[in-house]
Amino acid sequence: MQIPLENILILSAFLFCIGLMIMITKRNIVVVLMGIELILNAANLNLVAFSQYDAEKLQGQVFALFVMVVAAAEAAVGLAILLLVYRHFKTANLDQISKMKG
Amino acid sequence: MVLLLFYFFCFLIVVSAFLMLLTRHILYAAFLLLLTFLGIAALYALVGADFLAVSQVVIYVGGVLVLLLFGIMLTHQPVGGQPSAAPQTESRNLWWGALTGIGFFALLAQVIYKADFTSKAWIVSAESQKRLLNNSSIPHLGANLMTHYLLPFEIIAILLLVALVGATLLASRKS
Repeated sequence: MQIPLENILILSAFLFCIGLMIMITKRNIVVVLMGIELILNAANLNLVAFSQYDAEKLQGQVFALFVMVVAAAEAAVGLAILLLVYRHFKTANLDQISKMKG
Repeated sequence: MVLLLFYFFCFLIVVSAFLMLLTRHILYAAFLLLLTFLGIAALYALVGADFLAVSQVVIYVGGVLVLLLFGIMLTHQPVGGQPSAAPQTESRNLWWGALTGIGFFALLAQVIYKADFTSKAWIVSAESQKRLLNNSSIPHLGANLMTHYLLPFEIIAILLLVALVGATLLASRKS
């Protein structure tokens, strides 16, 4: 039985919007990074959902694999920057990091 | 049966993502993110991407989430250690964030229903010729990665290496 495509697309749109809201409203750097991961996962879900109609070439799945690797690299670099910021400002709260405010 | 499983995992993902938005504890958010990742891995398995389901568990749950937990652990402040500054942007960002998220979701849902993807020519032809993904996708994925996508594969390996070495260098620098 085939899972309806629209349902997966709506679910991934929902995940994207939740990630967006987390990025806007949360004030801790780690939680903002979690929102970015949610957004990347939503994009991956779309790619994989369309890839089931492309059984030989599987372009969507290959692209989703590349997105996963880039997300892992992004998380590592983001965590390193978070540690530097924490060492410098002694806080992980985005509201209190306002030294370079324009 | 498959549809029932699909709706169960949909429910799991929606509830845990929504609770992630609502909770104020960072650690709860991390564990809810774990549930979301596992649900997405199950959805990958349901739409025929078995290899991606396994790599979702290995990369996200085993890698990214552990990194995030390390980040929480290393930036943890003891309760009452510092005078907590009054939240400056909370109420303003809350309304703008909710407005942006709900508005964007409405826009996306409208676009998805109007676009009517299931009547696109290539999807209809794939469905009519039974060229759907039914059995394992690993042989096609492996052959594609080693032939058509060999150059991106190598480039992304270099990218990952450079990013990890750079992250180590950044985090271990003595001030």
